[in-house]
Amino acid sequence: MAEVIKIRNKRAYAQLFEMSTSLKLDDEVSFSGELLEVDLGPGILSKNFDGLQNDLEAMEGTFIETGQKNVSIDKTAVYTFTPLQEVGASLQAGEWLGEVPENWIDHKIMVPFKLKGHYELVKIVEAGDYKVSDEIAQLKGADGQIVSVSMIQKWPVKWALKSYREKFRPSKIFQTGLRVMDTLNPMAEGGTGYIPGAFGTGKTVLQQAIAKNNQADMVILVACGERANEVVEIFHTFPQLVDLKTGRKLKEKTTIICNTSNMPVAAREASVYVGMTLAEYYRNMGLKVLLLADSTSRWAQALREMSNRMEELPGTDAFPVELPAVIANFYGRAGAVALHNDSRGSITFLGTVSPAGGNFKEPVTESTAKVARCFYALSQKRADAKRYPAIDPINSYSRYLDYEEFQAETEEMLGEDWIDKVKKMKDLLQRGIEARDQISILGDDSVPLDYHLDFWRSELLDFAIIQQDSFDDVDMNSPLERQQSMLNLALKLCAQENELDDFNAVSTHYKKLINTFKQLNYSAFKQEDYKKYTQELEEFSQN
Amino acid sequence: MEIKAFQAVYTEIKALTKATCTLKAKGITYDELAWVDGRNAQVIKIDGELVTLQVFSGTEGIGTAAKVVFAGKPPSLALSQALGGRYFNAFGEAIDGLSQPQGREVSIKGRTVNPVRRQLPSEMLSTGIAGIDLNNTLVTGQKIPFFADPDQPFNRILAEVALRADSDRIILGAMGISHDDYIMFRNSFKERGASDKIVSFVNTSEDPPLERLLIPDQATATAEYFAYEKKEKVLVLLSDMTLYADALAIVSNKMDQIPSKDAMPGSLYSDLARIYEKAVQFPEGGSITIIAVTTLNDGDITHAIPDNTGYITEGQLYLKRDTETGLTIIDPFRSLSRLKQNVIGTKTRADHPQLMNALVRLYADASEARSKQENGFDLNDFDERSLAFASDYVRELLDVDLNLETEAMLDIGWDLLARHFKAFELGIKQEFMDKYWPGEKD
Repeated sequence: MAEVIKIRNKRAYAQLFEMSTSLKLDDEVSFSGELLEVDLGPGILSKNFDGLQNDLEAMEGTFIETGQKNVSIDKTAVYTFTPLQEVGASLQAGEWLGEVPENWIDHKIMVPFKLKGHYELVKIVEAGDYKVSDEIAQLKGADGQIVSVSMIQKWPVKWALKSYREKFRPSKIFQTGLRVMDTLNPMAEGGTGYIPGAFGTGKTVLQQAIAKNNQADMVILVACGERANEVVEIFHTFPQLVDLKTGRKLKEKTTIICNTSNMPVAAREASVYVGMTLAEYYRNMGLKVLLLADSTSRWAQALREMSNRMEELPGTDAFPVELPAVIANFYGRAGAVALHNDSRGSITFLGTVSPAGGNFKEPVTESTAKVARCFYALSQKRADAKRYPAIDPINSYSRYLDYEEFQAETEEMLGEDWIDKVKKMKDLLQRGIEARDQISILGDDSVPLDYHLDFWRSELLDFAIIQQDSFDDVDMNSPLERQQSMLNLALKLCAQENELDDFNAVSTHYKKLINTFKQLNYSAFKQEDYKKYTQELEEFSQN
Repeated sequence: MEIKAFQAVYTEIKALTKATCTLKAKGITYDELAWVDGRNAQVIKIDGELVTLQVFSGTEGIGTAAKVVFAGKPPSLALSQALGGRYFNAFGEAIDGLSQPQGREVSIKGRTVNPVRRQLPSEMLSTGIAGIDLNNTLVTGQKIPFFADPDQPFNRILAEVALRADSDRIILGAMGISHDDYIMFRNSFKERGASDKIVSFVNTSEDPPLERLLIPDQATATAEYFAYEKKEKVLVLLSDMTLYADALAIVSNKMDQIPSKDAMPGSLYSDLARIYEKAVQFPEGGSITIIAVTTLNDGDITHAIPDNTGYITEGQLYLKRDTETGLTIIDPFRSLSRLKQNVIGTKTRADHPQLMNALVRLYADASEARSKQENGFDLNDFDERSLAFASDYVRELLDVDLNLETEAMLDIGWDLLARHFKAFELGIKQEFMDKYWPGEKD
């Protein structure tokens, strides 16, 4: 399979999605007449696709053979259809004709997105079992043309799917269960964020933690040019893990697009677009979709290899000059929308970036910084010190904290001084860094005791709130209510006045606090141990 | 080379560069092998009827009337059990004086394993080295490089790790290593009675550099045969991948490609990933584990080769000389095994993850204390204790020449903690403290 990437005079230049070994002159080439399109319909959820939407499970054999072409969606599968419209209705692209159950979702069958203007519904089948490829409705256009509709439709991946009424500013917190995100720099439903980090700083562990603990209706994971074993881990764990939102298996709400680093480079670019298009499709059903892409740098590298082969003049670091525009367009496709029937749907998009040499001053990181609203900087220093997740609490940011509508909704949920508390915490962390610098310049003895207090308060916040063990069953996920209780407790401990004589006493005191807080973190919320350790900490503060 | 009766011989070369020659030929496939006056060459470009060949050993002395013969197939390898115990060059030709083994011929490029058919790697590969087994546990089916400066004894340690690890087959892909190190590998395999389970593909520094581009494919194709068809536990050693990448850069340069960072081809990531991703655990039992060496320039890991490698492999092991004790250790800070989570605390004792993290964290405190000391500040009691701990930690655990059981490493770890620290300084989960802490309770 190949895609035409350049036409000059009467020559078409095609890029192969597979290896070119053993191809020769005069081999036969045929054109499909279609853009790179995906199939949209029931049967996408909980599937594992390759970068071109081939169902990997449906392929035979241990190895992927060259030229092997498979089905994306099983068109003979039978679903129970329930109509949502009546004959005579005037409809436009994206409106719901009916629904079928897919896992636990009511999968909406929609008016084909490619149709323009209003159509009259002239026929719709009764409730009952139908094959995916069966006709379930007929629409009549203004010109009198009849359009037959089945449960499946096609859409070109490079075009944004805009069959909704309007897009609005994100205002609701998107829960990830990670304290360093939700408490400090929250993501918003329909928001965008990126996670740059050198190798070994925990990008993938972080993304997987988010994939496991989020409150989305559906998760699409794009493994783009990354390690196969990481995807294998998801294949093995997700069918067993329980989703916190639905109580069902995580696998049931997760679709994986997998183009690992040893799979064809050219299909890497396709894989992120396939992921986004599937996300847009489910958003149009009024669902909260989380799209994760690991890593967008591999996609950019694929663009570079392609532009290099076409002998285009390169931009910085040999990347194509249109890279910033391509990235901006892609992030722009995420967002929260209101549909024609007033339902709301969203795509929250988080991409990882793998900057060369861990240096954020490189084209992919810089282009992403301009468009993504949240920034989660993974710090090599924190990773080296095994302080995970290695998100730098000071350099990272969430622009949503500045949105008035976001502030209002968050304070309604977590208390009206919540934003101030978060600021207070950041303030304490900042002061801790300054104190630490002073102590390391002047020495333990030569600074006022306050410096030691500042430093140890920030250490307490670091160990208690920011650090989180993704491999511990309890600590890996903190619901908002727990985060609220923990932040309140930690700030209370920081605010207390102590009668400590010297810096050794300060460090011993805080080390004991930290140790107890860590035990608290390993205890299930509101259970006996949690209460016990909370009380121990409260007593500390009274001493 | 052997010329068969009905093979076409071309004698009109249109263009010659230092490493390539171009001629008119028909029915040629991409990547196919050829011989130019008996020298090994490979098709790297076909434009209409013009075919460009890369001559591995260079084109010095080749004239426009040179004889060109095409093999009609890409580089391939004859697979059979007879490969065991043998030494070959980059083209798979025997270099140990024995006859060429016969077998089923396959292209060495290999195929991609369907990710849904992979098994989650979760069988520990123990080496007796605490820097690996305790801090960065390896599993079968993993791919991991040693990052080492050129002056470190990485090939000796690589051989040691290979011989200690439990495997059915060891495949050595040597690229540009010194002849002395080649002898060292051969001798240590022989001395330790492992000769029969070795298959080696060798390109030393005296061989043409471009030939080493074929070595990883030869090694992994052989590995795939033993792991997939014979269900063996295969360990692939690749040394030195930096020299392999250098050869890639030479080719891309000769083909007028625009270089990206550090004069490396823009496709470096994909080129390296194709090799490393051959590491796999098959559901039927066989596995390919790749342990490679990437030499660094003065410890610089931001260079394109180690940088891209780090993004591909499942962790990295830094070899380092501990300045205080002079011992070679695997740096606990920057080293990482991404797959250790699949075994530690489950296949090993439950206290493993928390104990290991506490040891490394306290070792980090010691290095801070040391820099404080170097800057002329007074050390407090905790600093003094952490420094004493660090020295014991290196001598009793991290030294790569030690050979310990994993359980013993954990016991020594607890003992070190109790020797130097108080319970509240550890931050270890209470249930493990109750069970394993040999020191006082508070």
